[in-house]
Amino acid sequence: MPDSISAFFAMGGYAQFVWPSYVVALGAIALTTWSALRVLRAALSEARRAAVDGSEDA
Amino acid sequence: MRHFGLLLTRDLRLAVRRPGQTLLPIGFFAMVTALFPLALSPRLEELRGIAPGVLWVGALLAALLSLDHLLRDDAADGTLEQLVAASESLLSLVLAKVAAHWLLTGLPLALLAPLLGAGLGVPVTAMPGVILALVLGTVCLSLLGAAAAALTLGARRGGILLTLLTLPLAVPVVIFGARATKLVIEGANAAGAFYLLAAVTVLALTLAPLATAAVLRIAVE
Amino acid sequence: MVFTWFHRLGSPPHIYRLSERLSPWLTWSTALLIAAGLYGGLVSSPPDYQQGDGFRIIYVHAPSAWLSLMIYSCMATAAAVGLIWRMKVAHAVAASCAGVGAAFTAVSLITGMLWGKPMWGAYWVWDPRLTAQLILLFLFFGYMALRASYDDASRADRLSAWLAVIGIVNVPIVKFSVEWWNSLHQAPSVMKLARASMPASMLVPLLLMFAGFTVFFLAFLSVRLRAEILRREKHSAWVREMVANA
Repeated sequence: MPDSISAFFAMGGYAQFVWPSYVVALGAIALTTWSALRVLRAALSEARRAAVDGSEDA
Repeated sequence: MRHFGLLLTRDLRLAVRRPGQTLLPIGFFAMVTALFPLALSPRLEELRGIAPGVLWVGALLAALLSLDHLLRDDAADGTLEQLVAASESLLSLVLAKVAAHWLLTGLPLALLAPLLGAGLGVPVTAMPGVILALVLGTVCLSLLGAAAAALTLGARRGGILLTLLTLPLAVPVVIFGARATKLVIEGANAAGAFYLLAAVTVLALTLAPLATAAVLRIAVE
Repeated sequence: MVFTWFHRLGSPPHIYRLSERLSPWLTWSTALLIAAGLYGGLVSSPPDYQQGDGFRIIYVHAPSAWLSLMIYSCMATAAAVGLIWRMKVAHAVAASCAGVGAAFTAVSLITGMLWGKPMWGAYWVWDPRLTAQLILLFLFFGYMALRASYDDASRADRLSAWLAVIGIVNVPIVKFSVEWWNSLHQAPSVMKLARASMPASMLVPLLLMFAGFTVFFLAFLSVRLRAEILRREKHSAWVREMVANA
């Protein structure tokens, strides 16, 4: 079993190309998701502030 | 049509009064192409291979350099707003601007190319082809550049942005134009490349002015 | 009937609530599809008879390349809709597309280079696909830079929309010109996807990854679009009401 696991990570000698590819692709998914959530949170708090300011004006 | 003629002569007259600004891109083109032999090698056989690339990249950069003035000068002093408001057809305004730009940069660049090409080992028999390719290509560059100039008219750091927007649009023209030039220099049959170059130029001629006119309306409102 | 549908599609609060409702479903579908695709691509599918395990890069490279083009088309379509029907939501969609599109164009370039090294012996070969992707990346950058350089949101929307529309006309011409340019040099094209017969053990994980990446984009959009709508509508009554009730 450990043999097959190390063979899996070796990727038939292509490890240095295969793994970075997967890391880059999944990293992009994670990073864009994180940034979208951050932007949404910022927009929500901005909207909240605008609502408070608006009601004070009224 | 009369409208077009008036606008065109106005732009040309203005250019004559600002010779420094008008001649700048042409001088730039001459200097860039003259730098390559100095940086690479004085051997004409070697230079002949890279001559199409040098001429086309030089022409592209020179055209980009002058695009910044295509609309910005008129926008800065408020003339453009007046022109847009007064024009019965924005299309003729756009076409006049493009024609003026081409007559002041594209055409001189194409006519200068044989002189600079001689220094790059381009054979005399290839000169008509070199001129024709640059004439077609610079028309397309002026058309695309006008669209990008209108898009960046009110933008911050408009000058750099203008370059960033124009370059990807100019890729097909550069590919077809440089290939046509390379084939005429080698004395091969260049008809296919010329047809494709003409095709993208005609496409730009039909679509780009419409887009530029629409963008201009948004930009000056 | 069609008109009410169209009207609802253009209404910001409706789209906001719709994407809020769809968001968890899309997120879970993405996770499942990509997990299944990863298992298929890395474990269950056999190594390629020519390229060995290096072939496994295709399971992330091809879907990112597809996604980058799909996002650009989506952005240009939304931009055109925004210009023609003056639909605010459409401009918000276009604005949401640019960053993620640029990210996946970059991913397709990087994975293409990582695939190219063992197959061609060099990280960068002027392969027509890679070159066209590079130009697409410049188009995305230009779009983002243009948007960022206008303070007036309405003007930024409409001007960048025109750029997206001009760009979408340009994309097939660039693709054709780059292929034509490359065909004259007879460069190797290892990355041909259109194989006569790809065995199911490879095709299924590949399709799972295509589906996973596509649904990921929708999941991303369901979050990013809400932010974009909120920014544009923060002074409107429905946002104020929603924020107060939360």
